[in-house]
Amino acid sequence: MLDQIRDLYQEVVFDHNRNPRNFRVMADANRTIQGFNPLCGDRITLYAKVKDGLIEDISFQGAGCAISTASASLMTEMVKGQSEAEAEKLFETFHRMTTGKSGDDINLEDIGKLAVLSGVRAYPARVKCATLAWHSLQAALKDEGHSISTE
Amino acid sequence: MHPHPTTLDLEAIRQQFPILAERINGHPLVYLDNAASTQKPLCVIDRLSEVYRVDYANVHRGVHTLSQRCTDLFEEAREKVRRFINARHTHEVIFVRGTTEAINLVAQSYGRSKLMPGDEILISAMEHHSNIVPWQMLALQTGAVLKVAPISLEGTLLMAEFEGLLSEKTRLVSITHMSNALGTINPVKDIIRLAHARDIPVMLDGAQSAPHLPMDVRDLDCDFFAFSGHKLYGPSGIGVLYGKESLLEAMPPYQGGGDMIRRVTFEETEFNELPYKFEAGTPNIADTIALGAAIDFVEAIGMAAIADHEEQLLTYATSKALEIEGLRLIGSAPQKGAILSFTLEGIHPHDIGTLLDQLGIAIRAGHHCAMPVMDFFGLPATARASFALYNTFDEVDTLMDGIRQVIKLFK
Repeated sequence: MLDQIRDLYQEVVFDHNRNPRNFRVMADANRTIQGFNPLCGDRITLYAKVKDGLIEDISFQGAGCAISTASASLMTEMVKGQSEAEAEKLFETFHRMTTGKSGDDINLEDIGKLAVLSGVRAYPARVKCATLAWHSLQAALKDEGHSISTE
Repeated sequence: MHPHPTTLDLEAIRQQFPILAERINGHPLVYLDNAASTQKPLCVIDRLSEVYRVDYANVHRGVHTLSQRCTDLFEEAREKVRRFINARHTHEVIFVRGTTEAINLVAQSYGRSKLMPGDEILISAMEHHSNIVPWQMLALQTGAVLKVAPISLEGTLLMAEFEGLLSEKTRLVSITHMSNALGTINPVKDIIRLAHARDIPVMLDGAQSAPHLPMDVRDLDCDFFAFSGHKLYGPSGIGVLYGKESLLEAMPPYQGGGDMIRRVTFEETEFNELPYKFEAGTPNIADTIALGAAIDFVEAIGMAAIADHEEQLLTYATSKALEIEGLRLIGSAPQKGAILSFTLEGIHPHDIGTLLDQLGIAIRAGHHCAMPVMDFFGLPATARASFALYNTFDEVDTLMDGIRQVIKLFK
């Protein structure tokens, strides 16, 4: 009966929820950001090591729903080793994919595995779950202090 | 099949709520988010539309027929509220937007005119944000201190600690009658007795209790009581502050404007008498009259019968929930309203909420505007099923079946 929700809860989402990648504290991070979604109370701590414009390492901690955990996990996989500019571009594409109109032209090749989260667009109440990690990343790259909120 | 067949004619009751016939995501709606807001019966929906079709004009002003008719209906609603909570006087019933505004009114009028630096306001650790933040704001304005009485892991108020926090500096106790996050029904008569023994007035947040328990403010002897229409099968945007006459008389107005005055010059204003002193501006006329219709509706069924039915639903739902492996109930007070707050091992409440919605089951997932309660239990959120007079035992079964499907999907 729950099959119809597979567009949002795909196997990749369950996989990353069960075994989140880069799920650890990073002692030598030079960027640490607390992300907070006041709507649901979810929190995430994002750690990054950024050197010469390159995201050398990235990890996260926190307790969130399957969508937010999978999104954070997938994000760390994708942006690790990317330049800040590449990560920023990916954020913009991801943001458009999750919040834009269905007719928006998204090149799925650009976003790779992140495409599994495109289904969240049909669930407006859950978009912030998918974007929390990304807003945190953006703040970390801009080095905007130590905590951000999705509101 | 169900241990206690209900005394309510549920089929007839459900027919009064058109929305219950809706299908959500291909399934019949199972509406279990009643602690957030209840659905509306036809008599309320129709009354609202009828006011605008045949009765509407501004109140307390005109000499024309419609204005008088609408004023009479508006004041009839006030009398219905008085009867519903058994207040002594009709003018002890102040119409506000909802429980939140009622608490803010007491904080800003009673609190701000009375409190001195170092004075204390006592609340509990199970309050909704609306019974925390207005007092924090008041504390900032006056230099008063907000004290918080702790709760047990069951979700009950620790009475000895509560009593210990009543000090010679305590100026007001404000406490929830029934917790929206845990379902706990507080021993408010004991609380009031302990506070009154020290001449401390008590405000009750009745947002959850008024729709589900017979209410008698004189028997409780509370000094202020607040509730919202939209949780009582009435419209949103209308609620009630009850206050004892002597307290209300001594309080300054909350807002200034029309209707709350007797005489205005540029030098000074003479305020109107109760209850109008606290009702500045054109009130929410139609919703107030429709709230009266909602009260007629629940009184025709009987608050005792409603409370009895909901208690049976809770007992049944609790026993069924406890059969589910990995399900943890949050809030297990012996005295509890029909609220089932729970977590599932390894599954976030938001995922539970989205997945149950796919089965047509509406629950709340989140912090329930009670973040300190979540912090106390070390949880980011819970899933919450909350019941109302129209819910059935079959719906409890549907919920439990849905929860099992969610667990299966996550395995």
